[in-house]
Amino acid sequence: MIIIKQISVFIENKPGRLKAMTKILKDNDIDILAISIADTKDFGILRLIVNDPEKASKALKDAECTVKMTDVLAIQLEDRPGGLAKVMDTLFDNSISVEYMYAFFSKQDGQAAVILRVDDNDKAADAMENAGIKLITSESIKKM
Amino acid sequence: MEKYWNESMECATHEEMRALQSFRLSQTVRRVYQNVKPYREKMDKMGITPDDIKSIDDLKKLPFTMKQDLRDNYPYGLFAVPMEKVVRLHASSGTTGKQIVVGYTENDLDVWSECCARALTAAGATKHDFMHVSYGYGLFTGGFGVHNGAEKVGMTVIPVSTGNTNRQINIIKDFGSTFLCCTPSYALYLAETMEEMGITKDDIKLRGGLFGAEPWTEEMRQEIQNKLGLKAMDIYGLTEVIGPGVAFECSEQNGMHINEDHFIVETIDPDTGEVLPEGTQGEIVFTCITKEAFPVIRYRTRDIGILKREKCSCGRNLVKMMKPKGRSDDMLIIRGVNVFPSQVESVLLQLGNTAPYYQLIVDRQNNSDTLEIQVEISPEMFSDTVKSLEDQEKLIKSAIESTLGIAAKIRLVEPKTIPRAEGKAVRVVDKRKLKGDENK
Ligand SMILES: [Zn+2]
Repeated sequence: MIIIKQISVFIENKPGRLKAMTKILKDNDIDILAISIADTKDFGILRLIVNDPEKASKALKDAECTVKMTDVLAIQLEDRPGGLAKVMDTLFDNSISVEYMYAFFSKQDGQAAVILRVDDNDKAADAMENAGIKLITSESIKKM
Repeated sequence: MEKYWNESMECATHEEMRALQSFRLSQTVRRVYQNVKPYREKMDKMGITPDDIKSIDDLKKLPFTMKQDLRDNYPYGLFAVPMEKVVRLHASSGTTGKQIVVGYTENDLDVWSECCARALTAAGATKHDFMHVSYGYGLFTGGFGVHNGAEKVGMTVIPVSTGNTNRQINIIKDFGSTFLCCTPSYALYLAETMEEMGITKDDIKLRGGLFGAEPWTEEMRQEIQNKLGLKAMDIYGLTEVIGPGVAFECSEQNGMHINEDHFIVETIDPDTGEVLPEGTQGEIVFTCITKEAFPVIRYRTRDIGILKREKCSCGRNLVKMMKPKGRSDDMLIIRGVNVFPSQVESVLLQLGNTAPYYQLIVDRQNNSDTLEIQVEISPEMFSDTVKSLEDQEKLIKSAIESTLGIAAKIRLVEPKTIPRAEGKAVRVVDKRKLKGDENK
């Protein structure tokens, strides 16, 4: 599966909220692979890539959190300058718009990847493939 | 076909009702003058004697009774019978200052059950129904009032009272409750909890409900009806007058019939005290004409409403009180504009995907009022992009502004963070009050 399930959680800008949420995940033995927060003055959106999205979503919902699953892509960056630029060029050339993106670092071999949220996952995946850019599957991301 | 509990009273002609009211009013005023010193003193001061009150047209000569009068004569100063005739006491919670104590004779309790029996019958309840009462039992009049009325109808009453929502839902399911009675906000809370427990309206047998003790909107009614699968009726009452059952809705679900043979209703201009013609919005005033222990005379409720005396499709001739726009006590004045919390609720429910949980936070900064409305985010409105959430905030903001006529800051908050008591929801935090009144 080239589609990765990302979990988004609504989070108020109040002390202790982020800590409380990560604790819920820890208590449920969920491994956080990537994390990013988009925030405004009043609220933020916590975005997570985890080893077991279904279990994480349920644990957070049980704790009264507002959770949403979103399909995203994980793209392997080539270990040389201009790796990210090539990805961006490919998206631009194919008129795919990026909602947001964030970095992802493998714990094992220092490989870098980016999580991409675009308006059309299938189109983006095809474009990457044609450009020779490697996508990380949902199975292999857990091993990174 | 419409069913009545007491057809001769509920469908009496206006002339018959006026004659009965005039007779009962003159009797009550005479009794109150003799037995209750504060009423006598007020009347003496105005130079009025019981002989001046011969018909309902003379009602306007009598002095008003304010909530403060009830507090000043705490606890038994306004009782019109000796305590040995009083078989029950109730009290209204004193959120500000002293609480108010009211008493009932055996006959008063009978009048009260009669009023509630009419309301229940109008809602379609019969002796074959199971009545689940989630109103609080205790000094609060809600629980006992509806309880006694339901027993009078012959319903099987389940006196659950408040609290332990999961258990309440299991009881509704297992006992086969067909009618529910509680505050409208608790009805929604029940529906929400039911959803969480994985129980749908098809798993329960509820078909009717009476909801009152706090103002609610038409949108809230639709939501309660849809989620619980019942017909939701409004019931109105005040502890000071008798409790729930002063007025009730019929099958038309458009305005509440007032039990006029027991309570005379007037609308007045809250500022001048002048009696307004029926059909004009004003403060609702009640006079008890059958109660023995605690008959209030021209009691100012602070509730705003409109009286409509038109032929109702249900066949009742009792005057209708159109849904109070809000208690005048609940009304906020923000930057000189009258704001009712129920207007905000209306907007949120109309937008559709928001949960009806909100809180108004009013403050004063640099001598200007500020209004922030916190809205709990619902799974339907949540999205993984900031822009989409900001768009939702903007949508709520513009809908609120066009309804209220003033600007408000909208703030999305996490679910279950707005305090919801298992009774009344906390709708307003007015920080201006905490800062004192020096700015007013
Ligand atoms: Zn009617």
